[in-house]
Amino acid sequence: MSSVTEQRAPTGDAIVCRGLVKRYADVVAVAGIDLNVRRGECFGLLGPNGAGKTTTIEILEGLKTPDEGEILLLGRAWGKGRDRELREAIGIALQETEIAERLTVEEIVRLFRSLYAKGRGIDETIRLVDLEPKRKTPFLKLSGGQRQRLALACALVGHPEILFLDEPTTGLDPQARHRMWEVVTEFKAKGGTVLLTTHYMDEAARLCDRLAIIDHGKIIAAGTPKALVADLQADQIIEFEPTAAFAADGLATLPGVHAASRKDGHYVLRVQRMGLALPALLAAVEKGGAGIKALATHEPTLEDVFVHLTGRALRDD
Amino acid sequence: MTETRAALTEMTLARMKEFYREPGAVFWAFGFPVLLAVALGIAFRNRPPDPARVGVATASDVLWLQAALATPEIKVVLTGTPAEVEAAAREGKVDLVVSVAAGRALSYRYDADNSAGHLARLVVDNALQRAAGRLDALESADQTVHEPGSRYIDYLMPGIIGMNVMGSSMWGIGYTIVWERKKRLLKRLVATPMRRSSYLLSYLLSRLIFLIVEVAALLLFAYFVFDVTIQGSLFGVAVVALLGLLGFSGLSLLVASRVQSIEAVTGWMNLAMLPMWLLSGSFFSYERFPEIIHPLVRLLPLTAINDGLRAIMSRGAALSAVVPEMVVLALWAVLSFLVALKIFRWE
Repeated sequence: MSSVTEQRAPTGDAIVCRGLVKRYADVVAVAGIDLNVRRGECFGLLGPNGAGKTTTIEILEGLKTPDEGEILLLGRAWGKGRDRELREAIGIALQETEIAERLTVEEIVRLFRSLYAKGRGIDETIRLVDLEPKRKTPFLKLSGGQRQRLALACALVGHPEILFLDEPTTGLDPQARHRMWEVVTEFKAKGGTVLLTTHYMDEAARLCDRLAIIDHGKIIAAGTPKALVADLQADQIIEFEPTAAFAADGLATLPGVHAASRKDGHYVLRVQRMGLALPALLAAVEKGGAGIKALATHEPTLEDVFVHLTGRALRDD
Repeated sequence: MTETRAALTEMTLARMKEFYREPGAVFWAFGFPVLLAVALGIAFRNRPPDPARVGVATASDVLWLQAALATPEIKVVLTGTPAEVEAAAREGKVDLVVSVAAGRALSYRYDADNSAGHLARLVVDNALQRAAGRLDALESADQTVHEPGSRYIDYLMPGIIGMNVMGSSMWGIGYTIVWERKKRLLKRLVATPMRRSSYLLSYLLSRLIFLIVEVAALLLFAYFVFDVTIQGSLFGVAVVALLGLLGFSGLSLLVASRVQSIEAVTGWMNLAMLPMWLLSGSFFSYERFPEIIHPLVRLLPLTAINDGLRAIMSRGAALSAVVPEMVVLALWAVLSFLVALKIFRWE
């Protein structure tokens, strides 16, 4: 484990952490996480529910104290008497916060603005998250997507250098998600650093420059979305379900197939050359005395990376 | 530092807006105490004493007796056979049964444990003896007075103000803190550069403003509807009410310092307040409880504010006369604030 030293220079990584561990009474939520998030990049923590993403991000935000490990945000550590300075420099959207029910959008943004020494204008912030038509609407009457955008406004109003977003689009409809993504992309385009957690692989692929895939409190893979997918060494994925059980030992050695795995009666083949692999597969199934009940192919995604690494799906719903 | 002040102002304003946009909260803070005062003020309004209710059991002609009993202090409910009158006494319709035998021999029958019976016996006997020719041995004259501040409503209003200060501080602060903790707004605020002292101060400031309005509304109501006046100084009332606010704010902060759920905080609040509702003399004097617990009762913050307000409002006491009460309230404020801040769960 390399040690983290205090650095004052404006260059260097926005977030550095080493050996983060957090234990609760009967469970280890974070089991040794190292991260380097560069300035100006969007970094994603991708993993299923309960993987330890929220605990990790809340430790980085200074809201939870780790049992072990070191953290530097913008070269500064938590709990060294300069927490308020750090809080001025970061913006946070928690997973589903209910902000004051009876205050309006404008009043809530104004309230949060007052908590920061410097920051954006109220109007500018509301415009940024596209909530102008709702500025006089009480929180209680906002839709889920509007509430999330208001949370984002509260995170942006202090003009932060780093934006922390915990599951920013969970439960939103596609349109609302796209609007959230636009705001985050715009923040990044102006040089901001983003750390977000998500269990949506499309969100991770779309927004993040780099990703860490987290499972059971550990990083099981990290890299750019492209590199992670490329590591599968597959141009295509074939998923199929046979009509009956058959001897499937030889699937991985079929021509054009890189690897094969089985899950709940489904088979997943990582395929390099579809033209060779598909006929060979059909022949093998027939030879095994079964037929094809269902078959689909798709380009490999982060979901396949996760399935490959853990044998489980990212989302079970 | 201006930004800190701005933050405190904004947070205080936000608390006030949230409060007056909640119709239920406004009713419980203003409407309920007024309704309580109206109900109790009407139920226990001062009236001339009730006449003694008498049943006369006789077989013979009792004209002289009827004439003798025809005074405003006595009401003959029925005259009949001994059995009928006894039945009325058992049902509580009369306080006293007068039986007259031949030769004008009187006998009184009444419940030995009922003061109304004793009183009726004195009044009736006096009237009958006089009618029969008894002369008073001593000359006497009556002087009746109506002392300002001595009616039940005068006793009640300081108690209602005390209860209101307790209720609105406890619910307004403790309940809201737990709500914000549960909805994770507290965590969200802690994630900003907000000073934690500003958070707590915003509660005190918003409560202070509501306190002024609430107490003023109750005092004006009491003055215009029940003619309750403040015998002492308004300044004294304000000082005691302010100390009460501080004491109860500390207590509610303490109750809410670690609680995670609305249900739990409701229970703890009631547990903290129930003994005071019963013991602290809001509706009736705690002198009715055994002497031995009086020192303990006086240490309760509600007792202190009730006694302090009552001394100033009803008896015209100066602030210097209510120092013990003010010390009790100040101690509650300081000690509970210190403990609460130490154990407060910000997350």
